[in-house]
Amino acid sequence: MESILERITRGHFWDFHGGIHPPEQKSLTSSKPIKQLTLPKQLIIPLQQHIGREGDLLVGIGEKVLKGQPLTLSTNPMVVPIHAPTSGTISAIKNSVIAHPSGLTQLCIFLDVDGEDTWRKRDVCTDIDQLTNNQIIEKIADAGISGMGGAGFPTHIKLNSKPDINFLIINGAECEPYITADDLLMMEQGDAIVDGISIIDRLLSPAFILIAIEDNKPKAIKALQQATANIEKIKVCVIPTKYPAGGEKQLIKILTGREVASGSLPIHSGIVMHNIATCFAINEAVRHDTPLIRRVVTVTGQALNKPQNVWALLGTPIKFLLEQCELEALKDESQPVIMGGPMMGFCISSELVPIVKTSNCILVPSKTEMPSAFDKESKEVECIRCGQCSDVCPSNLLPQELQWSAKAKDYPQLQKLNLSDCIDCGACAYVCPSQIPLVHYYRIAKAEIREQQQLDLKAEKAKIRFEARKLRLEKEKIARQEKHKKAAAARKAAMNKATPEAAGAKSAVAAALARVKAKKAASNTAVSVDKENKDAVINTGDDQKSQVAAAIARAKAKKKLKADNANKPSNTKDGEKADTTDKAVETKTVTAKPSSPDDKKAKIAAAIAKAKAKKLSQSTESVKVDGKDSVIDKPASQSEKKEKIAAAIAKAKEKAQAKAKDAALSGIDVQTKTRPTIPSNENDKNAPIESNVEPTPALDKKAKIAAAIAKAKAKKQLKDEQNDSSNKLSAQQPDEST
Amino acid sequence: MNIIIAILVLGSIAALFGAILGFASVRFKVDGDPIVEQLDALLPQTQCGQCGYPGCKPYAQAVADGEAINKCAPGGEDTIKKIADLMGVEVQPLDESHVQGDAPKSNRPKVAFVIEEDCIGCTKCIQACPVDAIIGAAKQMHTIIIDECTGCDLCVAPCPVDCIEMRELPDTIHNWQWDLTSIPVKQLD
Repeated sequence: MESILERITRGHFWDFHGGIHPPEQKSLTSSKPIKQLTLPKQLIIPLQQHIGREGDLLVGIGEKVLKGQPLTLSTNPMVVPIHAPTSGTISAIKNSVIAHPSGLTQLCIFLDVDGEDTWRKRDVCTDIDQLTNNQIIEKIADAGISGMGGAGFPTHIKLNSKPDINFLIINGAECEPYITADDLLMMEQGDAIVDGISIIDRLLSPAFILIAIEDNKPKAIKALQQATANIEKIKVCVIPTKYPAGGEKQLIKILTGREVASGSLPIHSGIVMHNIATCFAINEAVRHDTPLIRRVVTVTGQALNKPQNVWALLGTPIKFLLEQCELEALKDESQPVIMGGPMMGFCISSELVPIVKTSNCILVPSKTEMPSAFDKESKEVECIRCGQCSDVCPSNLLPQELQWSAKAKDYPQLQKLNLSDCIDCGACAYVCPSQIPLVHYYRIAKAEIREQQQLDLKAEKAKIRFEARKLRLEKEKIARQEKHKKAAAARKAAMNKATPEAAGAKSAVAAALARVKAKKAASNTAVSVDKENKDAVINTGDDQKSQVAAAIARAKAKKKLKADNANKPSNTKDGEKADTTDKAVETKTVTAKPSSPDDKKAKIAAAIAKAKAKKLSQSTESVKVDGKDSVIDKPASQSEKKEKIAAAIAKAKEKAQAKAKDAALSGIDVQTKTRPTIPSNENDKNAPIESNVEPTPALDKKAKIAAAIAKAKAKKQLKDEQNDSSNKLSAQQPDEST
Repeated sequence: MNIIIAILVLGSIAALFGAILGFASVRFKVDGDPIVEQLDALLPQTQCGQCGYPGCKPYAQAVADGEAINKCAPGGEDTIKKIADLMGVEVQPLDESHVQGDAPKSNRPKVAFVIEEDCIGCTKCIQACPVDAIIGAAKQMHTIIIDECTGCDLCVAPCPVDCIEMRELPDTIHNWQWDLTSIPVKQLD
């Protein structure tokens, strides 16, 4: 530990593998102050400007918002809110092109600026010592601060980590050509940055704080050295200029000589890194209650008349920035506009793309400056295996090998070659004499691997859910069987109980059993005793009740078989006479001799049987009489009351029919002419039967329902017809899909 | 005498190795057939049943038992190739008879979508879903949990009002793929 500090104080640093020295081009903007812009007319604020998920919307269309008012709500730690960069009215919330190489759209809030720039009520903190650490972190989270160096990781998560932090590294390397945003910020806001660093210092209490600045920024170094002159803990480290020294792992290697292992994070080795601009934003948020609503953007390139760093409100369309910096060839379609630096940036597809929390540079090169950006066609030729790419790779990878595997889509091999450690710095492509766009191949492969991983994850989840469902169905089945078993057991138990109901149920079962027994016995005895009786038995099977009645009458004469015969008609009856028949059978089977109570019972039974037979014959007659009529008419013949009801029903029927027809007709107007009759006929049958169950008040409703049904039916028929015709049309082409 | 000694020595060696092998077979016993697990891991886990088996695991078991390897329609050529590698058999073209509905025109993943105004709440699709990705109750409108849907197509057929259709997932920045042809190389000299 001591030796690291000694080396740092002596200005001796380690070196990382590889790296390049592209032309810096920083002088275009580094000598001019950061320009304050006038307010643009409209801001386009994407809901998601960082890694993670977008927050929940807090505002609606047409709402007036004040400067600094939160627009989204953070629902989990990976979500950072966004704020209104100035006051105005929300004119739309819709998808719009965002700062992404794909040119895809995402949900954005369109804010019409009112020009007054009215702040919401701010709660300026005069004494930071009165706040607890949690309050500070909450303030930072509420201010919507995410890493401003490029990746956009939510800052409050990085600040909420556990102690044992050895090094807090403030990244002011800004190694990519052209970009001077952090440089200018350090020059102009050195004190504020140091204040921000002291807030982080309080939260993380690291052993040492190192501010790393490349030696091509002498003014910034001077400014920060002055600002930190009184603070022992903070050391400004002037590191040699080399691209990509600003990479997290590369900078750690330069300053501490430690290498962060593949797949692990710097925090695991006790190192936390923050960007200069993030420190400034933290200070603004904690001390001045100013959320992250603006940032320094380097607008540069030789196609601009006035390249300059500007304070851009988040959501400012790039077109506005280009106008402010006087782009000569704004109308030129082929003019590439690059967001980010020349090494890692991407061409944006529309000039309406807004500035977001991570955009640090807009590069508009001229044709002589960067001819490759104007060339739409790749000049890629075969790899000549020169090996320069692996010489410059800052992550110690084998770019050439990676390239082969990426082209062959050999993803396992790519993972073996540690593609995930590639930081997309573009050094390999920069030095490649064959002009192979190596980084693009890696990006494609990375995206595919990531998608494959997501698919695998999803498949795993689907598997778990499938298994869980199978288990659940199995369980439900077992539970159902268990329930049935239990219910059966309960029924049995209830029957065996001595309560009167149980006895009743039991006797009913017993009676049923006895009836079956008696039937058997009767058939046996009938065979031996009487031929007529035999007929009777057979006839019961044939369900000719009148003959049964006759048989009963005959049986009356024969006392011996009385009970047996009486039981037969009761077969079809309810359990009312269960007791009587039961006793009769019992006496019969036990004593086999008729006794006086038996006699009486048998008579009653016979009488009942007679009555039944009579009724049956009557009903069959009536059926014969008006057998051709519908079923509804049958009860009508039985009594006058019923006739009246029938009349009412008939009336209702007519009414319903008329109504249904009307409805059907009106519904079918658009359809074919033959349709109405068929559904309304069907309706005739349906509606009255329904109204039979429920009398008149519900009739209207029923008619309506019937009409709806008729309509639906007609529609369906039409559809079917259409389908048929289309099927006929396509009949020539055999269609296997059915 | 010599022959007896030889028999005894060889016999005792045989008994020793027999004992070692017997012990090993008990001690290092492999539960289940690991090839089935490996096959199951290769299958796409849509649980769609298009192969004729009720889920991916049963098909994996069947393949291990000698079933044809070309019945997984959602997995497509990729899966067949992987299974062929694992089983050491020839790659076969996909058996078209196991493709339900239209053959996939693109590789874009699809999910089921309930046209909610047409749903009558019959719960038939809920019963058909192998991964419980449909929520709803009787006579209540149903809807699909997109994140859980495997795009297996099984809910489309049972719907009596044809209110379920398969839709491609939209392009977002999360599933977007770099395309070399559309992005010119932007390199600074």
